[in-house]
Amino acid sequence: MRNYLILLVFVGILTGTIISCQDANRIQYDMYYTNGRDLYISYCQNCHGAKGEGLAALAPPLTDTTYLKTNKTKMACYIKNGLTDTIVVNGTRYEGKMPAENFANIDIAQIIVYVTNSFGNKQGNYSQEQIAADLNNCK
Amino acid sequence: MSPTIYLHSVTIQFVTLQYKLVEMKLIDNILTPILLTAILLTSGCKEEKSLPIMGNAPIADFNFLNQDSVSITNNTFKDKIYIADFFFTSCTSICPIMHRNMKAIYDEYKDNTNVMFLSHTIDFKYDTPSKLKEYAQKLGVDGSKWQFAYGSKESIYNIAEKSYLSAVIEDTSAKESYIHQGYLLLIDKQKRMRGAYDGTKDEQVALLKRDLQLLLTEEKKK
Repeated sequence: MRNYLILLVFVGILTGTIISCQDANRIQYDMYYTNGRDLYISYCQNCHGAKGEGLAALAPPLTDTTYLKTNKTKMACYIKNGLTDTIVVNGTRYEGKMPAENFANIDIAQIIVYVTNSFGNKQGNYSQEQIAADLNNCK
Repeated sequence: MSPTIYLHSVTIQFVTLQYKLVEMKLIDNILTPILLTAILLTSGCKEEKSLPIMGNAPIADFNFLNQDSVSITNNTFKDKIYIADFFFTSCTSICPIMHRNMKAIYDEYKDNTNVMFLSHTIDFKYDTPSKLKEYAQKLGVDGSKWQFAYGSKESIYNIAEKSYLSAVIEDTSAKESYIHQGYLLLIDKQKRMRGAYDGTKDEQVALLKRDLQLLLTEEKKK
């Protein structure tokens, strides 16, 4: 009986650890998403809008899921260094300037997690390490 | 006469009248409070909410160039109610949200010829009429309903401070080289300022919409 109890506790701890590992991922995602939303409201929303709708032909929308998917690895560079190139989003040309913001990698990761999981996008988590790698490839 | 004093005098007059009527036995005591309430209520309705007149002089005469490099003056806005503001095209802080909100009102009143819009650029170095035209087109604004004004530093800053009571400061130290407030200003047909609203806040913009409607109704009655 005693052995049986010990085994039960052991199995319980093991399952708990596995579940909490999966939870840690989820918790990190939730944390990034929430912090990313705060950063978005302070730094991005003025131009890109509360619903990611953009501002006419002045600022592009963030609702073009295909654009965001194919250009995800460039986003860190755009956010950190700003953007002066002309880009085409959803069939409209955008020539305006996006200002640079000297964010830490974690801030950029949080903004990207928020943007790529809002406004109709659903791309999941993104890590600081991926941001560091993306920034190495900036033009 | 203030509304309360006005109501008071109405009540007193009514009470006097009521006594006379009671003496004449024309109305009884049950009817009196009902009639009194009715009169109070209807006289309350007559008190119309009117917007304050801000500043001690109408908007001063001006002469600027618009986005088509055509001269615009007070006469451009003759017999129009207009919403004015100060901005610059390279501003990424409060201007986009101000113009997002202003554009929504512009779209709403697109067919109302009584309403116009006037945005003054405070970046006299960069925002030439052609830059303003480019900006207007990107914002989706076409035609003469929304004027974008370009003028000398002195003329724009002067009219901002003296007529529109808005502070504009050139700041060479900051990343955004101008400091200004995000006010949307409501001007009536007599060129008087009737309201100032923070164009970055939704609830203030809602107030502006309400007051604009109020002003339109007021003008219509004249």
